[in-house]
Amino acid sequence: MDNEKMITETVSEQESAVKTAPQKKEKPKKEKTGSRMSLNQRRMMHGYLFILPWLVGFIWFYLRSILLTLQFSFSKLTVGAVGGYQLENVGLQNYNYAFRVHAQFKQILTTSVGNMLIDVPLIIFFSLFMALLLNKKFPGRTLVRAIFFLPVILNGDAINAAMDLARTMMSGGVSSSSSEIASSISSGVSIDYYIQLLESLALPGVVLEYIVGAVNRISEIITASGVQIIIFIAALQSIPGSMYEVAQIEGATAYETFWKVTFPMVMPHIVTCVVYTVVDSFIDSDVVDLAYATAFEQGNYGLSSAFSLISTVVTCLILVLVVRFIQKRTFYYN
Amino acid sequence: MEQTTQKKSIMERWEEYKNSPRYRNDKKGFAAGAKRFILSFFRFLIIIGISYVILAPVISIVAHSFFSNTDAYSPMVYLIPQNPTTIRYETVITRLDYFNSCFSTLIYSILLMLVQVVVCSMVGYGFARFDFPLKKVFFACVVVMIVIPTHTIMLPLYMTFKNFDPLKLMTLFAGGPINLMSSTKPMYVMTALGCGLRSGLYIYIFNQFFRGLPKEIEEAAFVDGAGVWYTYFRIMLINAVPAVITVAVFSLVWQYNDTFYSNLFLVPAEQNIGKRISTLAAVIANADKILDPTIQQLYVDAGIVLTMIPVVLIYIFLQRYFIEGVERSGIVG
Repeated sequence: MDNEKMITETVSEQESAVKTAPQKKEKPKKEKTGSRMSLNQRRMMHGYLFILPWLVGFIWFYLRSILLTLQFSFSKLTVGAVGGYQLENVGLQNYNYAFRVHAQFKQILTTSVGNMLIDVPLIIFFSLFMALLLNKKFPGRTLVRAIFFLPVILNGDAINAAMDLARTMMSGGVSSSSSEIASSISSGVSIDYYIQLLESLALPGVVLEYIVGAVNRISEIITASGVQIIIFIAALQSIPGSMYEVAQIEGATAYETFWKVTFPMVMPHIVTCVVYTVVDSFIDSDVVDLAYATAFEQGNYGLSSAFSLISTVVTCLILVLVVRFIQKRTFYYN
Repeated sequence: MEQTTQKKSIMERWEEYKNSPRYRNDKKGFAAGAKRFILSFFRFLIIIGISYVILAPVISIVAHSFFSNTDAYSPMVYLIPQNPTTIRYETVITRLDYFNSCFSTLIYSILLMLVQVVVCSMVGYGFARFDFPLKKVFFACVVVMIVIPTHTIMLPLYMTFKNFDPLKLMTLFAGGPINLMSSTKPMYVMTALGCGLRSGLYIYIFNQFFRGLPKEIEEAAFVDGAGVWYTYFRIMLINAVPAVITVAVFSLVWQYNDTFYSNLFLVPAEQNIGKRISTLAAVIANADKILDPTIQQLYVDAGIVLTMIPVVLIYIFLQRYFIEGVERSGIVG
C-alpha cells in the first residue's frame, strides 16, 4: 500500500514536472490564491469523477433501497390508486408474523441454509480437485475446460427447469442417483443395504446423512462449480514454479507437496470461492421465490421486505462467520 | 548343444543385466511410467464421467427435440429417434417469433454489455489508480453490492422505477412521475450507473486487473503529455483486453439468460427470449391445441435448443480468450 502511494506520488511529481515546469517556483503563490488545485487534489477529483457514476447509482439504488426495505419491513404498505403508496407503522408485526404465524417461512429458510451448508464445502472440495486435474497438460484440455464451464453459460430459469427434467429422463448414470435411492428395491441395487452396512461400522449418523445428501446432489454440485473451478485453475497457475522446484530438491513426495505448497498457496482463494458460492446459492434459493411471490402475487410488501431482510442477515452472518473461520487458518504469501 | 549354450548365455546375460545399474534404472523408469499411465487413466475416467454428468441433460434435450409423437412413447427409443422430425422446430420458430426476439434480445444484451464494460472499467480504474478520501469505505460498498442478494432491494427498485422521479426533475418537466415499467429503460439506467446485473463483480474484476498492470505504461503516457481521460481510454482500456473479454462474456451471457430483472421490470417479451421460453408450453397448448404434456415438453426442448444456440456460438468463439482472460484478470483477487 505504501509502495503504491509512493509510486503515485512520483507519478504526480513527474506530471507536475511536465505540465508546470516553468511555474514551479511560483507554487506557494498558487496555493495562496487557490484559483488552481494542486496536483494531488486534481488526481483526487479525477478519482471521484471516475467512480462518480457508480457512486450515484449505489446511493440511489442500493443505499436508499436498503433503508427503504428496512422501513417497509416495519410497516404495512398499501399501494395507492395513482401509483404512490402509504406506509402505516406496525412495529415488529411483520417479523412476528414471519416467525410465528407463517406456515412455510421458517421451514424454507432452514432448508435453504441446510442445503447451503451441505453444498458449500462439497463445491469447494470438488472444484479444487477438478482444478488440480485440469491444470495438468493433457490432450483435449481446452475442450474439457469448455465443457466444465458450460453450466455457467446455460443458466436461465427455463433452461434450468428443462435441464432438471432432462436429467430424470436420462435415467441411468450418476445423475439419476436420487431416483435410484427412491426405487432401490426395484432396481436391484439396495442403497439401504449399504447404508445399514456403514451404520454397523459405527459411522456417525450425521456423516452418513451428509454422504447420502452429497450423492443425491452430485449433479447440482457439478453444475454449480464452474466459476470456482476457473478461479482455482487461475490460482494454481499463479503459484511460482520455484516453490515446486524447492520441494522437489528437498525430496518432498507429491502428497507432501500438495499439503505444504499447493494448499496453503490456494487458501486465500478459498475465501473468494466460499463467498461466491454462498451468495450464488442464496440468489437461487427458495427464500427469494417466497419473497417475490409474497410481494407481487399476494401484494404483502411489508412481509416480503421482512423475509428479504431476514434472509440477507442470515446470509451475511454465515458469510462473516465462515470467512473469519477460514481467514484465521489462511496463510498469506504476500 | 547349440541351444543350451545359447540359453546359458541368455541366463548369464540376464544375471549380468540384473546386477548392472542399468537394470535398476530401467526398473525405476518402468515403475514411473506405469504410475503415470495409471494416473492419467484415472484422470481420463473421472473427466469423462463428470463431463457426462454435465452434458447428459444437453444431449437429452437435443435428442428429444427431434422425437416424433410415436418416438416419445415408444419404449424402444432411447436418444436416437426412429422417425426424426423437424416439426418441433418449425412450430417453435413461429410461436417464439424466434428470429425477431432472438435478435432483439441479443441487441439488448449487447448494448447493456457495452455499457457495463465502459462503466465498470471506469469505476475499477478509479479505485485502482487514484487516492481519495473514503476510498476504502467506498470499496467496501462495492463488496457489499456483490454480497447482498438483489432480492433484498427489489421492492424499492420496483417503486423507484414505477414512479420515476429523480430529484423531482420529472415533476418539473413532464408534470409528474413517469412509469418506466414494461420497458428496458430501468435496466439501462441502472447499468449506466454501475448497478446493473452483477456490476459489483465486474468492478471488482477490473479493479484487480488494473492494479496488476505496471504503472510505467501510465507514467510514460503522462510524461508524453496525455491527460487522465485520454490515458484511460486509449491506453489502459486497450491493455485490459483480457479483463474486458471476461467481463463482456459474463455480462452478455448472464444478461441474455437473466429472468430476475426482466421479471421485476416487466421487460417486454420481445426483448427477453427467456421469458418466451417459460410461457412456451402454454402458448403451444393454446395455439396448437397440443394438450399432452409429454409432447409439449418436446416443443419446449426444441425452443431451449434454439435459445441456447446463440450463447453457445458466442462462447465457442470467445472461449479461448475467455478462459485465458479469467486466469489473467484477477477474479482470483
